[in-house]
Amino acid sequence: MKAPEFTYERPTEISEALAIIAQDAHEKAFLAGGQSLLPMMNFRLAAPKTLIDLGGLKDLKEIVAVEDGLRIGATVTYSELGASALVSEFSQVFDSVLPHIAHSAIRNRGTIGGSVALADPAAEMPAVLIALGASVELASQRGTRFVPADEFFHGLYLTERSDDELVLSVFIPNSSRSLSTGFYELARRHGDYAIAGVCISDDSRPSGSFNAPKVVLFGVSDRPLRAKSVEESLVGVARNDTRKIRSASEALSDLVFDSDLHNSQDTKQRLASVCVRRALEAM
Amino acid sequence: MTGVKFDFDKPTKLIGQPEARLDAKRLLHGRGRFVDDIQLPRMLHAYFIRSPIAHGKIVSINTSGAMDADGVVNVFTGKDLENVVEPYVGVLSHLAGLRSPPQAPVAIDCVKWQGEPVAVVLAHSRAQAEDAAELIEIEYDELPAVVDMEKALDESCPLIHAGYDSNLAWQRTVDVGDVSSAFSNPDNFVVKKRFKFGRHTGVTLEPRTSIAEYDPSDDQLTVWYSGQAPHMMQFIFAKHLGLLEENVRVISQDVGGSFGIKVHTYGDEVAVAAIAKLLGRPIKFTADRYESFMSDIHARDHVVDARMAISASGQIVGLEFDDVTGIGPYSMYPRTSAIEANQVLNLTGAPYVIPNYRATSKVVFQNKNLMCQYRAVGHPIAMAICDCLLEEAAAHIQMDPVEVRRINLMADNSYPRTSASGMKLDELSHQAALNKLIEMMDYNSLRADQLEQRKDGVFRGIGFVSMVEVTNPSPMFYGIGGAPIASQDGATVRLDAGGGIHVSSSVTEQGQGTNAILAQIVADVLGVDLARVKVTTGDTKTTPYGGGTWASRGAGIGGEAALLAANALKEQILDAASVILQAKPSELDIKNGQVVDAKTFVEKMNLSDLARTVYYRGNELPDEAKPELVATRHYRVTDAPFVFTNGAMAAHVEVDIETGFVKVLDFWAVEDCGRVINPLLVDEQIRGGVVQGIGGALYEECLYSDEGQLLNTSLADYLVPMASEMPDIHVAHIETPTKSSVLGAKGAGEAGTGGAPAAVMNAVNDALRHLGVTIYQMPMTPERILSALAETKTDN
Ligand SMILES: Cc1cc2nc3c(=O)[nH]c(=O)nc-3n(C[C@H](O)[C@H](O)[C@H](O)COP(=O)(O)OP(=O)(O)OC[C@H]3O[C@@H](n4cnc5c(N)ncnc54)[C@H](O)[C@@H]3O)c2cc1C
Repeated sequence: MKAPEFTYERPTEISEALAIIAQDAHEKAFLAGGQSLLPMMNFRLAAPKTLIDLGGLKDLKEIVAVEDGLRIGATVTYSELGASALVSEFSQVFDSVLPHIAHSAIRNRGTIGGSVALADPAAEMPAVLIALGASVELASQRGTRFVPADEFFHGLYLTERSDDELVLSVFIPNSSRSLSTGFYELARRHGDYAIAGVCISDDSRPSGSFNAPKVVLFGVSDRPLRAKSVEESLVGVARNDTRKIRSASEALSDLVFDSDLHNSQDTKQRLASVCVRRALEAM
Repeated sequence: MTGVKFDFDKPTKLIGQPEARLDAKRLLHGRGRFVDDIQLPRMLHAYFIRSPIAHGKIVSINTSGAMDADGVVNVFTGKDLENVVEPYVGVLSHLAGLRSPPQAPVAIDCVKWQGEPVAVVLAHSRAQAEDAAELIEIEYDELPAVVDMEKALDESCPLIHAGYDSNLAWQRTVDVGDVSSAFSNPDNFVVKKRFKFGRHTGVTLEPRTSIAEYDPSDDQLTVWYSGQAPHMMQFIFAKHLGLLEENVRVISQDVGGSFGIKVHTYGDEVAVAAIAKLLGRPIKFTADRYESFMSDIHARDHVVDARMAISASGQIVGLEFDDVTGIGPYSMYPRTSAIEANQVLNLTGAPYVIPNYRATSKVVFQNKNLMCQYRAVGHPIAMAICDCLLEEAAAHIQMDPVEVRRINLMADNSYPRTSASGMKLDELSHQAALNKLIEMMDYNSLRADQLEQRKDGVFRGIGFVSMVEVTNPSPMFYGIGGAPIASQDGATVRLDAGGGIHVSSSVTEQGQGTNAILAQIVADVLGVDLARVKVTTGDTKTTPYGGGTWASRGAGIGGEAALLAANALKEQILDAASVILQAKPSELDIKNGQVVDAKTFVEKMNLSDLARTVYYRGNELPDEAKPELVATRHYRVTDAPFVFTNGAMAAHVEVDIETGFVKVLDFWAVEDCGRVINPLLVDEQIRGGVVQGIGGALYEECLYSDEGQLLNTSLADYLVPMASEMPDIHVAHIETPTKSSVLGAKGAGEAGTGGAPAAVMNAVNDALRHLGVTIYQMPMTPERILSALAETKTDN
């Protein structure tokens, strides 16, 4: 469990980082918090020849409110997210989600950009970002682009990001301020990756019933899953109609669930349904 | 038992006091010195290439690429070591019929489990060795793997060992009374269940680590070894590498947990020692977590078909079961892999009066990692079989689980007696322990709460276990069968010139506080300040000869030897003092490091003055005075094969029937470990043990694919219990000192691990039974609980 040999770069400008990654991108990797990448290297599941440490890029560490939303730099750690009043103001969902991500030692290093770039299907952040209608800002020497979170995650460790692209920031639109959100996950032990979880948003606050809910499951497939049938069944359902909420949360048959080491596909579906219902009931 | 008389109630007593352990500060300062911290000049690092398949022939191994790689000094295969290491066989003569073929440290022609060492790379760094390992080409001819132990004895099953007529390693039947009529009597109620106990392993914080150094100039092998039984390893290295035992020194100092994992012979360590001898330079091997999961012994893995007959008035009339357990392809050397099954046969039902008992255990070979003794060997299985059947039976006759125990537990005043399986039992306190437990947990309120919560769809359960624990083993455990394992232990206690006391003991410290209690005992006996007592353990060159620490024997056996040695030193000190002070020894005593008048406690002379007089100014003594200020004593248990302890435990759980999640709300344990030497340490032993027991009941399992691939080899996938999920564990004691020693201490280290699983299983079933659901498979994972719930739905 020792990483294979690699070279190490620590650029201090984004342009420098982009220049390094521009060549032989597939043999290089950005190093953010290292909480996933370094164990993978030690297990020899990843063997980049060059690590480009993002720790020297000050711009990536900032959380800034801009005109149309909130820009969270890629190397903002989970702990920093949790400590930011600005982030809570944009959505209280972060405060409910963050304690479920690993343990404090890992949250002190793990970053939002790392989570997004890694695309672990059981990670919370991708689901949260989809639910909030966020987008991911990517940069390469070829230019900068924004990809909606809903279109960013393609599969297990697979994203829309090309090898030479750096995740610059995660952008949360102003609209998220008026969303109400729900979150629920099941993990055998606190801090473990969830075996099933869900993040839900809806803008129905004034009407008392669900309006345009987004229901995003995680930990049950190779990527975050929008539970579209659940969303459709919820439209117009009163927030306190437990019977309809229950039947809506069971509308998962349009989705394909993956088993894991401990849980079959059926169990995953069943647990996902419980998560959805419990998250909705608490909204 | 000796004629030593001892006052445990004196005002200055230390035995029984909650003293902070002396080495805690050192360890918390990061000053622990574990084997991996040691760097020797010219040291190389060993990396093992392990079989990726469960069963196959080795067709070829091409090491040339690796030999040329950066930093690589050498590569060894099994064939290279064939003439250097004498193969070993894990059998013992008292386990009649147990068979296992000779085993080499590194596979020679054939691999028999995924994870078996196949080649070793030696390089200047571990990273270089791992790089080079990727360049080694090994071709295997895969053979069908025997994975499912329940099919291992089928006629059609492939045989793992050539020349064996089946995959059976050992079997034994115990048959007492008339079981058949107990079950055929229509007045009796019979419960029948199939139990499954998952394979798990003891996850030590510090992995197995060793450094072997060989000095050819005096044929001396020194092994720094993270382990529990240095003298046993001394014998093993000597025998299998062709060295004289006195030329092998095994040093086991700070050890970061062992749980029985580090008391066996692993090929890795033997190969490292052999290579150190061949190369004449130090070799370090540190298992990483991945290797630990694949090569540290696994444990449990039993399927048991069991039934109990109970009378209408709640008396156990008969207990019968068939157990099968898979041990991997070899019986582990030298303790064997049949001991766990043997314990299951010996211990099941031991707390209860059971007139008719029949049990068979079959121990089978399979192509999985080896299975062997891990904390509370056999106990969780034995306790679950009987106590879970008992609660199941009680439920059917609508009797409270406490009441049914009161009816069946052996009476506290009925000892000595034997268990159903013939084990000699003495000085147990099941009834008292249960009474104390019930009081402590406020049982009636919990029952009331259970009914109340049920109305709101909250399903809580209360489960119990009454249990025994095997501790302080006599030579009947291993020595009798020919194992190089000492059952006696020794301590040497010495007064130094400065007035400090030095203790050297053959039991070992793996984090549980052995050294602390040795110091406490010696300080108490000698009447000196605890801080003046220094303890050395874990070095075959400097400590007395003994067995080490396993089977909950450190305090009971090692502690007694320390007590006897300290007592002998005290007599020596008083003899010397009597000469100097012109008094009779009987008129003197020692208090606070001073020789005092035994009646008035007037201080006469401090120990340092006495020792300096003896050591520096012997001229002041009469010539005929020949004072000794060092004493050695040994101790072994002679009265019985084991000193049994007992306990009663209870778990309170909540089962979420929508998710199958179990939350342990509270746990209570009442233990009778005889004399408590340090309540802080004993309580933490119980708590740590309970946590490991909860791990086995709810979380831990080594999962294998049908091809024999271990699927969870990291701490992300193999779930150990963690603090957030653990309940408060309330501990209380009954103290029935064993008369087999002066100290009266029995063991306490394995009780929690042995008892907790049954209590948790009973609690889960107590929560679910009213829904028509029970579960008898550990770990009780959410998925298993959900499927049990689903089955009843379809049944209805
Ligand atoms: C014990 C443990 C428990 C955990 N539990 C959870 C959990 O419950 N939920 C959860 O979500 N996560 C969990 N994690 C994972 C942790 O949150 C991850 O470390 C994190 O999500 C990845 O962030 P990082 O900053 O550490 O990324 P790194 O490990 O540094 O990088 C991960 C990957 O992303 C790439 N990368 C990183 N930053 C960028 C960027 N700005 N642009 C482009 N590529 C980039 C890297 O090259 C690498 O491929 C756990 C980790 C551990 C060790």
